[in-house]
Amino acid sequence: MTSLRRRVAQASPATARLHSPAASVGLADLAAHTGLGAARGQLAGAAVLLRTAEQLGAAQALVELDGLARRLVLCPPDLADEHLALVVETAGLDAVVTDAPDEALAPLGLPVHVLSEPTEAVPERDAERATEWLLFTSGTTGAPKMVIHSLAGLTGAIRPATTAANRVVWGTFYDIRRYGGLQILLRALTGGVSLILSDTHERPADHLVRLGALNVTHLSGTPSHWRRALMTPQMAAIAPGYVRLSGEIADQAVLDNLRRAFPSAAIGHAYASTEAGVGFEVNDGFEGFPASIVDAPGPVEMKVEDGSLRIRSTRTASAYAGDEPALADAEGFVDTGDMVELRGDRFHFAGRRNGVINVGGLKVHPEEIEAVLNRHPAVAASLVRGRKNPITGAVVTAAVTLVDPAAAETPEAQRELRASILDSCRAALPPHKAPASVQFVPSLAVTPGGKIDRAHA
Amino acid sequence: MQSVVQGSVRELVAEQFRSTAFDQEREMQPLTDNLVLLDSGLDSLCFAIIVAQLEDDLGVDPFSDLDDGFFPVTFADFVKLYEAAVEKAAA
Repeated sequence: MTSLRRRVAQASPATARLHSPAASVGLADLAAHTGLGAARGQLAGAAVLLRTAEQLGAAQALVELDGLARRLVLCPPDLADEHLALVVETAGLDAVVTDAPDEALAPLGLPVHVLSEPTEAVPERDAERATEWLLFTSGTTGAPKMVIHSLAGLTGAIRPATTAANRVVWGTFYDIRRYGGLQILLRALTGGVSLILSDTHERPADHLVRLGALNVTHLSGTPSHWRRALMTPQMAAIAPGYVRLSGEIADQAVLDNLRRAFPSAAIGHAYASTEAGVGFEVNDGFEGFPASIVDAPGPVEMKVEDGSLRIRSTRTASAYAGDEPALADAEGFVDTGDMVELRGDRFHFAGRRNGVINVGGLKVHPEEIEAVLNRHPAVAASLVRGRKNPITGAVVTAAVTLVDPAAAETPEAQRELRASILDSCRAALPPHKAPASVQFVPSLAVTPGGKIDRAHA
Repeated sequence: MQSVVQGSVRELVAEQFRSTAFDQEREMQPLTDNLVLLDSGLDSLCFAIIVAQLEDDLGVDPFSDLDDGFFPVTFADFVKLYEAAVEKAAA
């Protein structure tokens, strides 16, 4: 195997750079230099927590650690401090690398190595060890879950660019510390092309202006990212030749709007997840995907079983970290949990198997919301479902039955009761989990087993 | 719902913006025609809630049928989208 550092060195033309709002660094410099100094010796063969304040720091650390460390855990920007100890234990970590030491790291009791600017030349004969990449599954807000990848698997979907590398400038709305953004970072690093990084603290308008000023040619984000960009006047500042959507289901409205905004661009939506890797890309401008790619031979095999999409390829994660059930079935297929429906010669996505609602990339379990609703004194029973939404992909909606149906007889009484129920939800739940709509219904269907019937509600 | 007239669509939309801003504890800019939605002080989740609530109140989701529409950039764009959808539903 070839380390990321070596691959960057082989690919980088002298001009390719990573750009953040505050700084930029040449890929050739990243490949040739280190900012870890003597800590490299201690990190050789170690299992390392990679937690950075800046995306640029994360990119540098990934180049530093792949091939050197035995294992690296890439922390997403919103990983809560309270989960760090569990992550260290689950992944068996023995060191921390960061670009900005903070107090949350001290209680972990691990040596903390702080990255400096990459200025010191890397020794000619460098270690080349297979490094496990542990990535967090997306959008979970409870105890975090990690899957194990390899650099080869993560870069398996990347094909050599058809455009001359020196004319490509990638940009992404993602944070590169998440799977979707990491894909783009690895494209840039191994393809020797420039990448314009996003920044949490930057306004969408300023980000678009910066992307335009640096002449972005290839731009990626989730449908939610793109919808927000479409609502920003500064969208006119960019003219990408390639527009990529991934991470959520792309609907026809967002695809059509992007087509109108960029009439001559190639527009593709990719199916990918942290667990299943990059599955496939759809480039015909329509939502869903052609049925012909299912059950077809190739590097990525797909099948539909019990209504959900299953994927087998060398790009899927190999396992969950820690004491978790197997990721793949006996034949090596990963169940994506995404339900699909065949309409004509195309499959369309029809929500998640377990009813999980994806609100702008954040997962919501209906049962958690129902438990809060059911605590309200006026509520007898509730059913929470997702409703398609053009801004966040989906929102949470609730149907409730009342202890006393007469309590909501007048519109005025309904309004007050709805406000009271929503107040209790907002007090107990983060904003994306509180229902965007509450409807009062006379009854909810119940299964023979006595449970609220989700499937036929 | 069919009886909603154009002037009141605007008022209903504006009222929904105000109540969502209040519920989500957001400070909202005055709702003028040229107000850029993303500069209004509301975030994506607020707009998602507004769209869901207006679907409950007006029975239309103009975004699901954007054949000849564009994503709204200003408050006036947003109101026009709903006025057109209500008109279409009434026709």
